[in-house]
Amino acid sequence: MSNFLRVAWTVMRKDLTVEVRSREILLTTLFFAVSVVLVFSFALVREGRAPDDVAAGILWVAISFSGTLAMGRTFERERYNDTLRALILAPADRPAIYAGKLLGLLLLLALVEIVLVPLVGLLFAAPIFSFPFQLTLLLIMGTLGFAAVGTLFAAMLSRVRSRDTLLPVLLYPITVPVMIAGVRGTAALFQPEPDQAMAQFWIFGLIFWDAVFVTLALWTFEPVMTE
Amino acid sequence: MRKLTTPFIVLSAMMFLSAPWIINATRYESTMGLVQKVFYFHFPSAILFMTAAVICGINSVRVLFWKNKQADVWALSAAELGFLFGALTLVTGPLWARKAWGVWWVWDPRLTLSLVLWMIFGAYLLLRQYGGPGSDRLAAGMALFGMANVPFIYVSVNVWRTLHPMTSVVPTLPYDMGAALWFCFTAFTMLFIALLNLRASLEFQRLRVEELYLAEDEA
Repeated sequence: MSNFLRVAWTVMRKDLTVEVRSREILLTTLFFAVSVVLVFSFALVREGRAPDDVAAGILWVAISFSGTLAMGRTFERERYNDTLRALILAPADRPAIYAGKLLGLLLLLALVEIVLVPLVGLLFAAPIFSFPFQLTLLLIMGTLGFAAVGTLFAAMLSRVRSRDTLLPVLLYPITVPVMIAGVRGTAALFQPEPDQAMAQFWIFGLIFWDAVFVTLALWTFEPVMTE
Repeated sequence: MRKLTTPFIVLSAMMFLSAPWIINATRYESTMGLVQKVFYFHFPSAILFMTAAVICGINSVRVLFWKNKQADVWALSAAELGFLFGALTLVTGPLWARKAWGVWWVWDPRLTLSLVLWMIFGAYLLLRQYGGPGSDRLAAGMALFGMANVPFIYVSVNVWRTLHPMTSVVPTLPYDMGAALWFCFTAFTMLFIALLNLRASLEFQRLRVEELYLAEDEA
């Protein structure tokens, strides 16, 4: 177990070191996420008033769109530099490599969300500070489920033709349950009379799907990455 | 299994031809009337939709963990049939829903998860079509996520209070409705098995032709 954590930690640190030096994924993802929110704001906000109940949906759309961009890039970089093979040849557990990649991606997406959530709160008048704990939990759990599947498929797609078009095609149908839970839970917190019990229910739903997705991803990463 | 293809096609064709009379002979459901009869086609296609996902998933496990080449053919055939029977399910369902609930579609857990499974099949087929070399293992991974959906589709109506009728409806049907239902179910199942066999043998032949072509090329 300690070996697993050590490998995961090393892979994550490697990814983050590369990222800190280039800042490529963080900046592009962040810029894209902000543009998505701005487009929605141009389309939906009339005379300074946003329609009710759209903030949660827009937040999660922005997270999933920009998340897809980040996932594609993390493995594209490995492929471009021909380091994916080296990573797979390394004498380490494949699931640990997966976990490291996932952790790195989660940290990046967390940084994006730190900017995204206040922006949505600002543009769509969403009460983001009324239940900070539940909102954070929803964001963490939702991003985990989404990124768990995304990391797996981005890794597998790195070897396949037309990978850029196929990643969203494969990713969105599978992660629909996570997206629904994230949106409904966040909407329950953002509505004029917040419904904490409902948010709680969707948080448990997210934990459940996260468990399913992470288990499946850890289980299949090894065989799909074997040539 | 292969030998069953022709008799199954003949039998299921005859059963499908006689099905309208058998369905017509059943009693009218008290609240839904005529529309309820779509159930005799909806239920079998829905069950086979989920069965296809399970067949595809189990064969994908064999592809991933035992590198079984034949299993890949079966997984692909099951996925194509799953997409077809899923489409049947998703078309017949709303026909009933329009009358029963007044709307074509609601975001009820079972409906949502079924749509998700159908989309996963769609993505699976797109990947097989356009992924190029190496996409078969990736598709197998995809199929596992599809299979993971099936138990949730099945239990969803019993766990959450949803609009969709519960699974306990089927055993409590009156005799004539039950008989017609299982008649249709048998016809659909035989059609499914026959189509699965045909599709798989077509794929095996395609692989064989490819093999011969490559051998010819090298020689």
